[in-house]
Amino acid sequence: MHKKFIQLENVERVFVTRQGTYTAITDINLAIQQGEFVSIIGHSGCGKSTLLNLVAGLTPASGGIMLCNGREITGPGPDRGVVFQNHSLLPWLTCFGNVYLAVERVFGRTEKKSRLRERTEQVLDLVGLKEAQHKYPHEISGGMKQRVGTARALSMQPKVLLLDEPFGALDALTRALLQDELMRIVAASGCTVMMVTHDVDEAVLLSDRVVMMTNGPAATIGQVLQIALPRPRNRLALAEDARYASLRSEVLKFLYQRHAKHAA
Amino acid sequence: MNVAPMTKKDVIPISRNDAASPMQQPAPNVAQRPAARKWTASLYGGMDALTQWAIPPLLGLIVFLLGWSLLAEYSPQLPGPVKTWHSAVELFSDPFYDNGPNDQGIGWNILHSLERVGMGFGLAALIGIPLGFMIGRFSFLNKMTAPIISLLRPVSPLAWLPIGLLVFKEAQPAAIWVIFISSIWPMVINTAVGVTKVPVDYLNVARVLNLSEFRIFSKILFPAVLPYMMTGVRLSVGVAWLVIVAAEMLTGGVGIGFWVWDEWNNLNVEHIIIAIFVVGIIGLLLEQALLMLARRFEY
Repeated sequence: MHKKFIQLENVERVFVTRQGTYTAITDINLAIQQGEFVSIIGHSGCGKSTLLNLVAGLTPASGGIMLCNGREITGPGPDRGVVFQNHSLLPWLTCFGNVYLAVERVFGRTEKKSRLRERTEQVLDLVGLKEAQHKYPHEISGGMKQRVGTARALSMQPKVLLLDEPFGALDALTRALLQDELMRIVAASGCTVMMVTHDVDEAVLLSDRVVMMTNGPAATIGQVLQIALPRPRNRLALAEDARYASLRSEVLKFLYQRHAKHAA
Repeated sequence: MNVAPMTKKDVIPISRNDAASPMQQPAPNVAQRPAARKWTASLYGGMDALTQWAIPPLLGLIVFLLGWSLLAEYSPQLPGPVKTWHSAVELFSDPFYDNGPNDQGIGWNILHSLERVGMGFGLAALIGIPLGFMIGRFSFLNKMTAPIISLLRPVSPLAWLPIGLLVFKEAQPAAIWVIFISSIWPMVINTAVGVTKVPVDYLNVARVLNLSEFRIFSKILFPAVLPYMMTGVRLSVGVAWLVIVAAEMLTGGVGIGFWVWDEWNNLNVEHIIIAIFVVGIIGLLLEQALLMLARRFEY
């Protein structure tokens, strides 16, 4: 439980543009323990998605060391499941087909087709989409699409779940529902989670630690806040909890007082 | 249309019942008006559709026929619409007669032209589409082929005919060659552009899932490129059909293009005009068929 699962040391990401180099994030030092839920929060443009893409292996770091489970991160891998911001479902495949693609890739060599189908159905059932599995992405709501995206990531049985503003495009009610489901699924699977968000309540409600980023360029980690609230958490009970309120205001103070973003 | 008057009727009695309370009276009135407006709007909508979709093309056709008749009136060699129509009725009454290689029915001519187009275009698709995929996927190949494609693409189709005649020594493959070389470019270019336009998100999915190159092609690249590819196919068929008349005029043999040339030598102007319409209508049908096919692949 206390094993350092993801380790980032002096990680930096520099983009080369026509106007010269642009340092998006720099000097990132972070260790995430196995089974821990860590949120990355910051104003838009602070490089939080950049950081997530580095851990996902989608973009290479310009400097520093990145380890996942003791191994250097050199590219994407099935040990890290990614849920994309805009769900990124393939529109020509059904919900089932989208998830099956991932299942087939990870387990296709060792398991029979019937077992692969079973796995796909199980994970769709887990996110509550058993009935809609044969629908196409354009036939279902935004919340359901994001569930399929989550199911696709979970189906690979990853050790780490990387979420890039997973509920950012959803309405408040749907978002709350999916947050509760995410807590349930993560608790059941024991996944390590790294989630990028710009929603203070979401960060405090879901996380064990909230990592707050300063503003870019050359953004870095400004403060890390421990959220020592007991689990399972209930959003209604926490709404009146004094500890929750003080943690929440701590994050708000960081974002709007010390590192306020001026209107661009 | 039926719903709107019903709500109107439903609303009026309510407003009368509530008339005693002046506070509530305006509300039904407000509700009533949009309902009435909707009803008339849908009536006008029907009229609009008629004036927008049916009347302009009909008007265009009438103006065209009038202009043609007028032109024929002042230029005695040019047959008018009526004369051409009678000639067409006669021509199409026996489309598949065969009096030797230089005198065959219009049906045979059309079928032979379609066959040449099909072969030239089919070969172009067989080579052009895979080539487009490779050019789009590997930027090295793209840079390598870009100068050649830009150089050869604008060449007039018929400029390729002598090369074809020289290499193949025969008219039939030379005509097919011309169709091939002039219809391959839209497919190559559109497919290549389609590959470069595949959303990064989808390719990121492929990377995160660590898909094999075959799976990337069959599950992501091919479906994402399909709409672009279909546009290329449509443009290519258009070009191929455009070129066939000119190519056949020069190479001879049975075909709609040669038929036009033959009828010009016979000074049968009605048949030339009929050929123009036949070429136009078949081109239109090909285009529509491919549009319908393309619509099936939109997401």
